[in-house]
Amino acid sequence: MIQADLNVVLPEVILAVYAMAALMAAVYTTKDKAAPIVLWVTAGVFVLLAGVIGFGGSGEATAFGGAFVDDAFSRFAKVTILLSAAAILVLSQDFMTRHGLFRFEYPLLVALSVVGMMMMVSAGDLMALYMGLELQSLSLYVVAALRRDSVKSTEAGLKYFVLGALSSGMLLYGASLVYGYAGTTLFTGITAAAEGGIGLGLLFGLVFVVAGMAFKVSAAPFHMWTPDVYEGSPTPITAFFATAPKVAAMGLFARVVHDAFGGAVSDWSQIVAFLSVVSMFLGAVAAIGQRDIKRLMAYSSIAHMGFALMGLAAGTAAGVQAMLVYMAIYVVMNVGTFAFILSMEKDGQPVTDIDALQNYSRHQPGRALAMLVLMFSLAGIPPLVGFFGKYYVLQAAVDAGLAWLAVAGVIASVIGAFYYLRIIYYMYFGEERDALDGAMPPVGWALLMGSAAIMVLGVINLFGIEAPALAAAQALVN
Amino acid sequence: MLNSLLSIITFIPLLGAVILALFLRGDDEAAQRNAKWLALIATTATFLVSIFLYTGFDPANTGFQFVEERDWILGFQYKMGVDGISILFVLLTTFLMPLVIASCWDVKHRVKDYMIAFLLLETLMLGVFCALDLILFYLFFEAGLIPMFLIIGIWGGANRIYASFKFFLYTLLGSVLMLIAMIAMYVDAGTTDIPTLLTHNFASENFELLGIQIVGGMQTLMWLAFFASFAVKMPMWPVHTWLPDAHVQAPTAGSVVLAAILLKMGGYGFLRFSLPMFPVGSEVLGTFVLWISAIAIVYTSLVALAQSDMKKLIAYSSVAHMGYVTMGIFAVNQQGIDGAIFQMISHGFISGALFLCVGVIYDRMHTREIDAYGGLVNRMPAYALIFMLFTMANVGLPGTSGFIGEFLVLMGVFQVNTWVAVIATTGVILSAAYALWLYRRVVMGDLIKESLKSISDMTTRERAIFAPLIAMTLLLGVYPSLVTDIIGPSVGALITNYDTAVLDSGIATAVAEN
Repeated sequence: MIQADLNVVLPEVILAVYAMAALMAAVYTTKDKAAPIVLWVTAGVFVLLAGVIGFGGSGEATAFGGAFVDDAFSRFAKVTILLSAAAILVLSQDFMTRHGLFRFEYPLLVALSVVGMMMMVSAGDLMALYMGLELQSLSLYVVAALRRDSVKSTEAGLKYFVLGALSSGMLLYGASLVYGYAGTTLFTGITAAAEGGIGLGLLFGLVFVVAGMAFKVSAAPFHMWTPDVYEGSPTPITAFFATAPKVAAMGLFARVVHDAFGGAVSDWSQIVAFLSVVSMFLGAVAAIGQRDIKRLMAYSSIAHMGFALMGLAAGTAAGVQAMLVYMAIYVVMNVGTFAFILSMEKDGQPVTDIDALQNYSRHQPGRALAMLVLMFSLAGIPPLVGFFGKYYVLQAAVDAGLAWLAVAGVIASVIGAFYYLRIIYYMYFGEERDALDGAMPPVGWALLMGSAAIMVLGVINLFGIEAPALAAAQALVN
Repeated sequence: MLNSLLSIITFIPLLGAVILALFLRGDDEAAQRNAKWLALIATTATFLVSIFLYTGFDPANTGFQFVEERDWILGFQYKMGVDGISILFVLLTTFLMPLVIASCWDVKHRVKDYMIAFLLLETLMLGVFCALDLILFYLFFEAGLIPMFLIIGIWGGANRIYASFKFFLYTLLGSVLMLIAMIAMYVDAGTTDIPTLLTHNFASENFELLGIQIVGGMQTLMWLAFFASFAVKMPMWPVHTWLPDAHVQAPTAGSVVLAAILLKMGGYGFLRFSLPMFPVGSEVLGTFVLWISAIAIVYTSLVALAQSDMKKLIAYSSVAHMGYVTMGIFAVNQQGIDGAIFQMISHGFISGALFLCVGVIYDRMHTREIDAYGGLVNRMPAYALIFMLFTMANVGLPGTSGFIGEFLVLMGVFQVNTWVAVIATTGVILSAAYALWLYRRVVMGDLIKESLKSISDMTTRERAIFAPLIAMTLLLGVYPSLVTDIIGPSVGALITNYDTAVLDSGIATAVAEN
C-alpha cells in the first residue's frame, strides 16, 4: 500500500530528498563556493523531472487515500512549473554572482518551493493543499528577503510574509468552514456533500478559500502586495515570482473549484468572473502611471492573471484548457522579458526606470527587436503567440455565455496595450541618451531570443501545446 | 504551383524581409542601397507573380478561386482564396508596393528597417484580402498595425508619437470588438471557414438587451461589432479623427500605403462580412450608414477647405471619398457596390499619387504648409501637369477613374434614397472647391517666395513612379469595364443572396411598417 503511494509521489519525494541532501552536503563542505554547482544541478534535476513527468506519466492515480492526485492536469502544471523554475535559476546566476547574493541556499530554497508547488497542483485534500501552499510560500518569503542588507528587499520579504500569512489565515478559515459543513477535507467528499445544492456554510467556506487563493495568484482586489514585492526583491527573484508560483497558484485554483466544487459551477463562476474583470482593469489602468519596469511587470501580471481567471470563470473543460495554454504562454513571455530586465544595467548597477531605455534599439538592435516582439505579444497583438492565449480564454468565455466578460477583457487589453507600446516607444522612437551597459550573459541572451522566437514561430502550430492542455483539462473537469 | 499561388504572392515580401533582416549587415551607403534594391526586387516579383492571378482568374465563376487549405491550430484552417471582390485589392496592393518602395529612395534614416517594415506590411495586407478563415483574416488585419505603428513612430514627423499611439489604440479598440463577434460566430456556426459562414444564417429574431429592443437580434449586434472595426479603419465620420493625425505625421510612403491600401480594408470588410453574413443587420442599419456617409462627405469636405497643411487636406478628402464607398456599399444594388469597389481602386491610385505629389515638394522644401508655396508652375512644369491631372481625378472629372466611381455610387444611391444622393452630390462640388483651391495656391500664380526660386523639377525617378499611376487613372477612366467585368458577377451573386436573406427574414416589411 505505502509502496504504491510512494510510487505516485516519487517525483516530489526525489526533489525533496535531493534538496535536503544537497543542503547537507553544501553546509558540511564548501558552502557558497559550491553555489554554481548546486544551481546547475538543481536546474538539471528540474529538467529531468519535467521530462520524467511529461513523457513518463499516464493515466490517473491517487495516493494517501485521495489526498494526492496524479493526473494529466497535475502533470501539465508540473512540467510548466519545473521548466520555468529551471529557466529562472540559470538566468539568475550571473546577476546573483555579480551582486554578491549568490548563496547556495538560494537554488535549494527554490527547489523546496517547487516541491510545494507540485504538491499544490496535485492536492486532492484541503490538508494537502495547505501543506503544499505553505511549503511554497515559506520558501518564497525567504528568497524575497535574500538581500539581507537592503531595506527594500527586507521590506518586500516582510510584506510578503505578513500578507501571505493573512491570506493563509483566510484560506484556513474557509477550509475549516468547508470541513465543518462537509464533514471531510477530501475533495471527493466535498463534492459529494455539495451534491444537490451547496449550503450556506459551504458557500461561505468556498468564498474564503477563493479569497485566499486570489491572494496567491495576485488577483485584484487581493493584489496589494504584488507591486511592492516585485519592486523590492532582487530581480531574478521577481522573475521567479512572476512565473512558476503563478502557474502553481492558478493550478491550485482550478483544482479546488473543479475538483471540490465541480457541482457548484454557477456559484463560484461569478466570484471568479468578478476577480477576473477587476484584475484586468486594475492591471491595465494602474500600470499606466508606472515608470519602474518591475512595478510595471507586477501590474502586467495582475492583468494577465485576470485573463487566465476568465478561462476559469467559464467553468468548462475548454476554459481550463484555455487557462493552461494561457499560463504556459504567459510564463514563456515573462522568462524572456525578465531576461531582458536583468540585462538593464548602467555602470554595473541595475536600472529599472523605463526612461533608461531611450533609443535602446540604436545600441542593441537585436535585443530591442526581441523585446518588441515580447511586448506586442504581452499586449496580445496577432500574429504573436500572446494573441492566441487571449483568443483561447475569450472563446471559452463566450462559449460559456460570459460575453460581457469577454468584451470587458478586450477593452482592458486595449488600455493595457498602451504601456507595452510605451516601452517600445522608448526603445524605438526615443531620444539619444547614454547607452545602458552592453553586456548580457549568454544564458540571458539565449532565453530572451528563444522566448521571442517562440512568440513568432508559435503561429505555425503553437508547438503542439493544445493537445496536452486539452487532456489536462479533461482530466480535471468531469 | 498554381495551387499555392496566393501563398506565394503573400509571402514573397515576407521572404524578402527575412533575408534583409538576417543577411544584410551594416548601415553604410552600400548596405542601404542593397536594402532598397532587395525590397524593390521583392515587391516587383510579387507584382509579376500576381499577374498570373489576373490571367488565371475566371470572372464568370462567382465562387472562390485559387483556394488552398491546410490545417492550422485550434481547428482553424489556413485557407486562402480570392473572388471577384477581393482579387482587385490584391492586384492594387502588388501594383502599388514597388512604387511605394521606389518613392522612398532618398530616405537615409534606418533604411534597412524601413524596407523590412514595408515588406512585412505588404505581406499582411495581401493576407487580409486573401484570407478565407475568420481568425486568419483577423490575424493579418490586426498584425498590420505593428509595422504601421513603427513606420509612423520611427520615420514620422515632429508629432509622430502622439499620432502613432492614437492610430494604434484607436484601430485596436475597434478591432477587438470584432474579435468578440468572430468568436460568437464561431460558437454559433461551429466553423471559422468564410465560405461556409457566407451561407450560414445567423439568428435574427428580435430580443431585448438591457431593456432595449434589438431589431434583427444577434445579427444586428454582430454587425455593430464589425462596424466598429471597419468604420474606424475606413475611416467613417465621426471616428475618422485618427486619420488626419496619422497622415500628417507619417512619412510620405507611409501615407501612400495608408491611403491607398490600408483604408480599403474597411470597405473590403463590409463587403466580405457585414453585407453577406449579416444581411438582416445591414438592412436594419443600412439607412443609418447612408446618412452618416452623406454627413461625412459634406462635413469633411468643408473641413478640408479650412486646412492649411497639404497632407491634412488630402487626408480629409480621403475621408470624404470613403464616404462614397460606404454609401455605395449600403445602397446594396449593382451600381452602388460596383461603384464602391471602383471608387476604392481608383482612390488607391489617386490618393496615393496625391500624397506622392506632396512628398515631391516636401522633399525639397521640408514643409507641408500651403502658404509656403505658390507659383511652382514656373519652375516645375512637369510637376504642375501631374499634380493637375490627379487634382482633376480627385475632383471626379470625366475621363479619369474618379468620375466613374462617384457616378456609379450616386446612381446606385439615388435609387435607394434620393435625399442622401442629393446631399452627397453637393460633396462633388465641395471637392472641386477644395482641390482646385489647393492647386491654385500651391502651383499657380507668380513665383514670389524667395525660398522657391531655386526649386528643381521632378527627377526621372519621380516621373517614373508617377507614370504607372497616370496610366491606370486614365485607363480606368475611359475603359471602366476592365474593373466592372471582374467584379460584376461576384457582386451580382452577393446582392442576390442578400435580397433572398432579407426577404426570408421578413425584416424588410417590418422596417417599412415602422
